[in-house]
Parts: sequence; C-alpha cells; structure tokens
Amino acid sequence: MDVRQLAEKLNAEVLCEGDMSREVTGCYIGDLLSWVMSRAQEGDAWLTVMGNINSIGVAVLADVACIVLTEGAALDADALNRAVQNGVNILRVEDNSYITAIAVAGSI
Amino acid sequence: MEVIQLHYDVNANDFTCAGEASGKLKRELKRLGFEPDVVRRTAIAVYEAEINMVIHADGGAIDASISPECITVVLKDRGPGIPDVSLAMREGYSTAPENVRNLGFGAGMGLPNIKKYSDKVDIDTVIGEGTTITLRINTAPAEN
Repeated sequence: MDVRQLAEKLNAEVLCEGDMSREVTGCYIGDLLSWVMSRAQEGDAWLTVMGNINSIGVAVLADVACIVLTEGAALDADALNRAVQNGVNILRVEDNSYITAIAVAGSI
Repeated sequence: MEVIQLHYDVNANDFTCAGEASGKLKRELKRLGFEPDVVRRTAIAVYEAEINMVIHADGGAIDASISPECITVVLKDRGPGIPDVSLAMREGYSTAPENVRNLGFGAGMGLPNIKKYSDKVDIDTVIGEGTTITLRINTAPAEN
C-alpha cells in the first residue's frame, strides 16, 4: 500500500505531499526523536504527536514513508516549510496512535 | 574515487537548522552511491552529534572525509566539555534542559547512538574548552 492509499484508509488530512506513491512497509510509534531515528525503519509510517521542525529532519534521515500526526497534533509553520522543501509526506488523523497503528497494520 | 572533503558549520541554539548538516551529508553520500546501510548509519551518528552541538555547545564545525573504504567525520565544538564520558555514554542519561526535551530531544540516546552506528568513535573532551568527536564508518566489510 502506498501513502496515498494509506491516507484514504485512515481518512487522514494530507498536510504535505511529497512522493505519495511511496510504499508503506511498516509502522513505528514514538515521540523521542533519537529513539525514532535509530529504530524506525525505512518505509515506515511514523506515528507521532511531534509536529516541530526537528521531526521533519528525523523523517528525512530515517527515510520513513510518511509522518502521521495523531490525535490532531499541530504542525508548526516552519516544520511545514521544511517538509515542503524536503518532500516529506505528512498526514494527520484525529485517532490516537494505538487506533491508528491498528488501521495501518490491517493495511500493509 | 579520490578522497572528498566536506565542511559544515553548525549554529548554536538554532533548532530550526539542526539536522541540516547531517541531511546534506546524507544526500551527498547517496549521490556518491554508497550502500543504504552506510548512508543511514552515517546520517544518524552525525545527526546525533550535530544536535549535541546545538544543545550543549555553542555550535561547532563538522568536517567529513569520504573515501571508498571509509567515512571519517570530525565534529569539533567549543562547548563546556563532558565531565564524565562513561556516564554520558549510558543510554537514558541526559543533561538536556526542559525546553529541549519538549522538542523531543534529551532521551539520553545521543552518544549511545553515535557509538552504535559508527565502527569507531574517539571522544576528546576538555572541560571549559570543548569536545571533538571523531567517528568512522567503514563502507565495506573488513577483509579477513
């Protein structure tokens, strides 16, 4: 399943579109950036409530397929700018990370 | 391929630019055609060291030397130095202030991640003068 299909499945708001045809191959949940960067895998959907500019840096370095902001978490304006520059896919959902992860797991 | 030298400056207390140097280095390594594992390990180790410079020191300088056999990165700052390196190497130990933790940093994984993803790490630190971290990532398996 690619990011566009995941967005539809999650009924997510698309905050930033990079390459939406990227394949989602896994899922990682976390808000501590060092932890995420070292453990998230390339191609993961990264579920977090951290919508600051540093999250974008981590998404790029860890090469995740997309960021999914859960529980309607805010995305900072400078984070959005950085995401646009780097082509990072960002989705947002109202559900919490647990419910969202279940939906992701049922889709990949 | 000859040895390629790259230099990046890291600004103090600028979280909006934090990760820029490691991001640029990552793109360069990708462009040069290094294995994804090598690119990822280098990017993570350098990102952690770069963030440490922003959080704890007054910024610093990053010099990368890229050859076909290995990538060597020297990260030099003029910060306060690390009083107890073995303590700082322990997972979960952090001296990051509250405002930095609220950004998602300060998990106490910085130096442990640098060690985990590098093949060799040297930490040269002097209290009141600064810290120089030299890390090496081998690009090919060691020959027996």
